[in-house]
Amino acid sequence: MYLKELCETDGVSGNEGAVRAFIEDKIRPYADEIYTDNMGNLIAFKKGRIPKTIMLSAHMDEVGFIVSRITDDGYLKFKTVGGIDPRVVVSKRVRIGSVPGIIALKAVHLQKPEEKETAVQISSLFIDIGASSKEEAEKKVSIGDYVSFATSYAEVGDKVKAKALDDRVGCGILIDLIMRENIYDTYYVFGVQEEVGLRGAAVYAHNLKPDAALVLEGTTCSDVYGAKEHEYVTVCGGGAAVSFADRTTIVKRSFHRWLYDTALKNNIRVQYKRTTMGGNDAGAIHRAKDGILTASLSVPCRYIHSPVSVAAVSDIKAVYELAALFTERWEEMLR
Amino acid sequence: MRDFIKKLSDARGVSGFEYRMSDIIKERLTPVADEIHTDILGNIIAVKRSGSENAKSIMIEAHMDEVGLMVLDTDENGFILFTNIGGIDLRTLPSAEVTVHGKKDVWGVVGAKPPHLQSAGEDKKGIKITDLSIDTGLTAEEVKKLVSVGDSITINSEFSELGSLICGKSLDDRVGAAAVCDVFERLGRINLDLDVYAVFAVQEEVGSRGAKVSANALKPDMAIVIDVTHGLTPDNPDNGFKTGSGVAVAKGPNINPELFDKVTETAKRYNIKTELEIEGGDTGTDAWVTQTAAGGIPTVLLSVPLKYMHTSVETMDIKDLYALSNLITLFIQDYAGLYRLDRLGDFRVGQRPLR
Repeated sequence: MYLKELCETDGVSGNEGAVRAFIEDKIRPYADEIYTDNMGNLIAFKKGRIPKTIMLSAHMDEVGFIVSRITDDGYLKFKTVGGIDPRVVVSKRVRIGSVPGIIALKAVHLQKPEEKETAVQISSLFIDIGASSKEEAEKKVSIGDYVSFATSYAEVGDKVKAKALDDRVGCGILIDLIMRENIYDTYYVFGVQEEVGLRGAAVYAHNLKPDAALVLEGTTCSDVYGAKEHEYVTVCGGGAAVSFADRTTIVKRSFHRWLYDTALKNNIRVQYKRTTMGGNDAGAIHRAKDGILTASLSVPCRYIHSPVSVAAVSDIKAVYELAALFTERWEEMLR
Repeated sequence: MRDFIKKLSDARGVSGFEYRMSDIIKERLTPVADEIHTDILGNIIAVKRSGSENAKSIMIEAHMDEVGLMVLDTDENGFILFTNIGGIDLRTLPSAEVTVHGKKDVWGVVGAKPPHLQSAGEDKKGIKITDLSIDTGLTAEEVKKLVSVGDSITINSEFSELGSLICGKSLDDRVGAAAVCDVFERLGRINLDLDVYAVFAVQEEVGSRGAKVSANALKPDMAIVIDVTHGLTPDNPDNGFKTGSGVAVAKGPNINPELFDKVTETAKRYNIKTELEIEGGDTGTDAWVTQTAAGGIPTVLLSVPLKYMHTSVETMDIKDLYALSNLITLFIQDYAGLYRLDRLGDFRVGQRPLR
């Protein structure tokens, strides 16, 4: 699973190299073929007994920031990469490669009442790396460098907390799946740039054109304080989340029903993702070439796209088990 | 001093819950102090006696509490509702990792309602503390077992280096406490005709309650209060001092003018970098209550510039603290040793000591 290592490695969209190198190192012994495509997607292929092709994919990238300017007094201005609510980033620790920094805002004593009452904007924040001049800062950081949250992984109760659970949790499950014996010809794909518009998936789906695809994801989970039960979307600990439709994909009914029913029949905890908001690589995959049969299966992650998200170990296990059944019996849905 | 600051900064002690600091400070000062005790409110007081009966006394004070949070309630799903203790910056709380100090320390993260569930316009507004809760990842039963109403909560943030600066939670005012220890130790190595009180006060962040009591009890002839002041940042170009610019010496109604002169003279004599901090009234520090305690105590306030005050990533230049510690040590040494002692303690406003 390597979830700790995966989450603590930095890979903001467009800068997935370190994550890719880690994964490649772990899965190389299991793959018949392994390569990185023009976009940066890592693709591993394993021959099966049945000459039909399936594809399992997860994305390697995470939301973060990119340095856009270095001020005269040595602070970094930055932009977001992927969707981040600016209100959750104030005072959080980050790293720019190996350089530690903090996302800073003037002290509360110095904020005007109207500043306190409005949501903070990314444009009013900056990163402090402890440099006292532009020259000093430029020795360590360049414009265009990527910035990640510096959050450690830990197990808390029956859950885990980490940054980038979206979608390192999918990557971890995929690593476990490649170690299993496979029946069908199978592509295991670790994609890039999901968070900035499903860009890696558009490329690998076009090139691989599988007969069926399953996307493994981390998804929104709102079973939190302040939300009403009908707003939960998914429940942390409620099982593998099956999408029926989101902003990018309407999943073929026979596919999502098959996933849901197969989970129930096999005592795997399952839930529908109860919203049509959000989206993931399935949106790009199902529209590739002349269309690909695609669904997605997700681990509910509380506080997704923030410095620290929380997921239940039992949900990760449920997604793994249901995805494993997909690799063995997916043709059942065609009958 | 850096290692000791790390120890103090990483220790948890919201106002009213400063007991963890007690062991750290007592361990450090017991070898040099003639007496060390904790008073009714929890202030730690270390004393170095001169031995002479009519010796004047000087108090060096810093507060050891930090801003934080407190448990108000837990809901049926185990989410913890909380309020603030002291002026913590609410804008830093969403997605902050915290420790709830219940029957044992419990990890948690401050959660807010996700953006997609917020009504139109809500995402443009600042976050209210009543919208937030703490998620421990534990079940409601586990939370109920471990966490009670009134437990304190601190923000997780490990002391670290940030380029040439240091960064951590509660540097306000643990760096002051570290400086008090440093000065007390250095003075302990020389014979002074002066009693020295080192005071580590509780509950500054909720209104300088500890300082009031310790000053009343000790009635020192003069007091030096150490705290932090604002550092300059791009979004605060005017109000405060650049980190690394030295010691901020306060001047204004809260500060005894004679004592102020002596301190600034000392700085000049030893080429210690200082900046002048003008405060028209309440300095917002323990100096304010110390000045009027015990029938009136001549007081000065020395501060170090600190960026992002009352967040978990307070940042400063440790060189400023070295300068502050040197300045206080040299000041006391010179005025207690080289000059006639009776000049000390005669710092009433408008009455210059005889020369």
